[in-house]
Amino acid sequence: MLKDEDRIFTNLYGMHDRTLAGAKARGHWDGTAGLIQKGRDWVVEQTKASGLRGRGGAGFPTGLKWSFMPKESDGRPSYLVVNADESEPGTCKDREIMRHDPHTLIEGCLIASFAMNAHACYIYLRGEYIREREALQTAIDECYDAGLLGKNAAGSGWDFDLFLHHGAGAYICGEETALLESLEGKKGMPRMKPPFPAGAGLYGCPTTVNNVESIAVVPTILRRGADWFSGFGRANNAGTKLFAISGHVNNPCVVEEAMSISFDELIDRHCGGIRGGWDNLKAVIPGGSSVPCLPADVMRKDAIMDFDWLREQRSGLGTAAVIVMDQSTDIIKAIWRLSKFYKHESCGQCTPCREGTGWMMRVMDRLVTGEAEVEEIDMLLDVTKQVEGHTICALGDAAAWPIQGLVRHFRDEIEDRIKAKRTGRVTAVAAE
Amino acid sequence: MLRRLHHEQPESFAYTPANDAWAKAQITKYPEGRQASAIIPLLWRAQEQEGWLTRPAIEYVADMLDMAYIRALEVATFYFMFQLQPVGTVAHIQICGTTSCMICGAEDLIGVCKEKIAPKAHQLSDDGKFSWEEVECLGACTNAPMAQIGKDYYEDLTTESFAKMLDDMAAGKVPVPGPQNGRYASEPRAGLTSLKEFDSGKTQYNASAQAAVDIGDSIKRIDGTEVPLITPWLQDAANSTAAPTNAKAEKSSPKAAPKAEEKLASVPEGGADDLKMISGVGPALEKKLHAARVTSFAQIAAWSEDDIIRMDDLLSFKGRIARDNWVEQAKKLASGIETDFSKRAKKADIYKN
Repeated sequence: MLKDEDRIFTNLYGMHDRTLAGAKARGHWDGTAGLIQKGRDWVVEQTKASGLRGRGGAGFPTGLKWSFMPKESDGRPSYLVVNADESEPGTCKDREIMRHDPHTLIEGCLIASFAMNAHACYIYLRGEYIREREALQTAIDECYDAGLLGKNAAGSGWDFDLFLHHGAGAYICGEETALLESLEGKKGMPRMKPPFPAGAGLYGCPTTVNNVESIAVVPTILRRGADWFSGFGRANNAGTKLFAISGHVNNPCVVEEAMSISFDELIDRHCGGIRGGWDNLKAVIPGGSSVPCLPADVMRKDAIMDFDWLREQRSGLGTAAVIVMDQSTDIIKAIWRLSKFYKHESCGQCTPCREGTGWMMRVMDRLVTGEAEVEEIDMLLDVTKQVEGHTICALGDAAAWPIQGLVRHFRDEIEDRIKAKRTGRVTAVAAE
Repeated sequence: MLRRLHHEQPESFAYTPANDAWAKAQITKYPEGRQASAIIPLLWRAQEQEGWLTRPAIEYVADMLDMAYIRALEVATFYFMFQLQPVGTVAHIQICGTTSCMICGAEDLIGVCKEKIAPKAHQLSDDGKFSWEEVECLGACTNAPMAQIGKDYYEDLTTESFAKMLDDMAAGKVPVPGPQNGRYASEPRAGLTSLKEFDSGKTQYNASAQAAVDIGDSIKRIDGTEVPLITPWLQDAANSTAAPTNAKAEKSSPKAAPKAEEKLASVPEGGADDLKMISGVGPALEKKLHAARVTSFAQIAAWSEDDIIRMDDLLSFKGRIARDNWVEQAKKLASGIETDFSKRAKKADIYKN
């Protein structure tokens, strides 16, 4: 198990001093100027060497992403934009960072911006996090007062301004180019890529968009060394990670653990086990709503919570938002609710997604009640395949995958429900 | 999803002076010419003030940001946090209904809403005090089921605790936000499994609940005085440019500089005016102006176009002097005529010292 001294977010639950003084006492903002004086290349190289992969869902190597930014300015400013539009169902980790350990993020913004030649950084916070916004703004104001932001930030010689911006309740703005559109004051509709944000992002300037957690872990990595961070987890899945466990466990919680921790250790140690015991487990969505669910038998035999293992199971780690469902759950309805979510949140730009999410939800409506034909299951799968990969952004894929996961693992249950509706009899599986 | 403006709209909208100052501070976060970026925060602020987003408010904000009405309308209809119809006068209840909350009992909470408030979402209760809707994931999944009421999250709810909360609110009480089952934040309910070595005793509430409790009445509409927006980035620019850059500016424009310098430097005998009475000047900007030895309306009223450009540059005001028409305002104020803004500002006494 991860030791407390190896945890990066030492005030995750906000039980300790949340002010700048408290953060300093826990080791943040320690020698920040020194880290910056080691130079841009050093910061990027260390981040690459640490094996840090983006914590926002896609798992793209953070250091590599930074290295795409232009080394010399062509006259345009560069920007860092922090994606704090946390709205993937199941995910509630960044909220804890921003309200309880905000100085990890602010220090990270300074260092990452320096590494990307950016003098300004915008944090795009989801609109509903109003108290979190106030807490983060208070922390930013404290830093300005203490000279850690502004001209010659933290005595590093780097001029840096940090601005807090917020959205207004659109899931799609978590997609990086939709976020930039929204930040420019428009509807949050994703842009075609290329050009990628590193070439032309915010206001047409070179921009990198990073998740809150990816940025907030950087200062500690630089202080303690890339080797320390890459020492956790399996190869290619390095580091510590915030897991958010919700649903049918005895003690749902957000907790920082080492990557590649086994599923049972995560649940038993921190969540007090599955509600009603391990035999009561039915399914797990291991990485937020966008990844396919996995049945109990997969998750019970040495499941490893990291990018690669879950990918091998045709699911994903996503944001490490683990939704646990026990035998009392109507799994078809649970996935139907996600279809409803994606229908609600589709921005309407691409036809396959705008229309497809509605079709998928309406077929799912019927599968929930059982008033459907068995053939419709394959028809539904066919629709998911036509949406997947045919849209500008990944929301179309994200809408398709949960349904594909459901059909892959729980086809029996769907068919049984349809048959039961037909004959009026309840068969063995449906009666469980 | 079809979202239209409400069929009945009020006549007009204006920010309270404090909200106006807040909005102007918000605009300074973005580069010059990119003020449209501020539209979401500004619309949201208008909604917070009125309870819902009216057509006059959308147009008011569009005017403020120099945007076409249709662009502002697009934004207002695209984002779901904008309430385009009137909501309950006491509270609008938003129940998170997405999977994590659903499997933990959100449907029962919706049942309570249907029973106690109104059978349909967005419908006002009979006494007009409450309205409700089901919203998509609010990002507090480990504290499921939960609801957002006003600016606060009420977490770890049961049908009983939720129903009691609604009764309390109807009776004029303000329940403390945060987890309602004795939990502190998002830690395991049965006790800490990590970070025990750092235990140092805690404040009474987690950060979100503490902020709400500190403000007090967290359900009421905000008028802008609760959480001010200070603009340290402007302060900072002023501190570092005010003294040293004077010299640089003189060098770069040797002809214009002495004249402007003279005008700026001549402090009038009548003492300082309250420059905050100019719409667009808040306490922060007033300080910057004082630092540049500008203290009276007469000085500002006498600025030529060159002076405006120079001052804008000197204090990095990003074009706001011309945008807010300071000179015209100052001329009026200098001759003793009140402007709309100064009347409002004095009446509400927004800049308490």
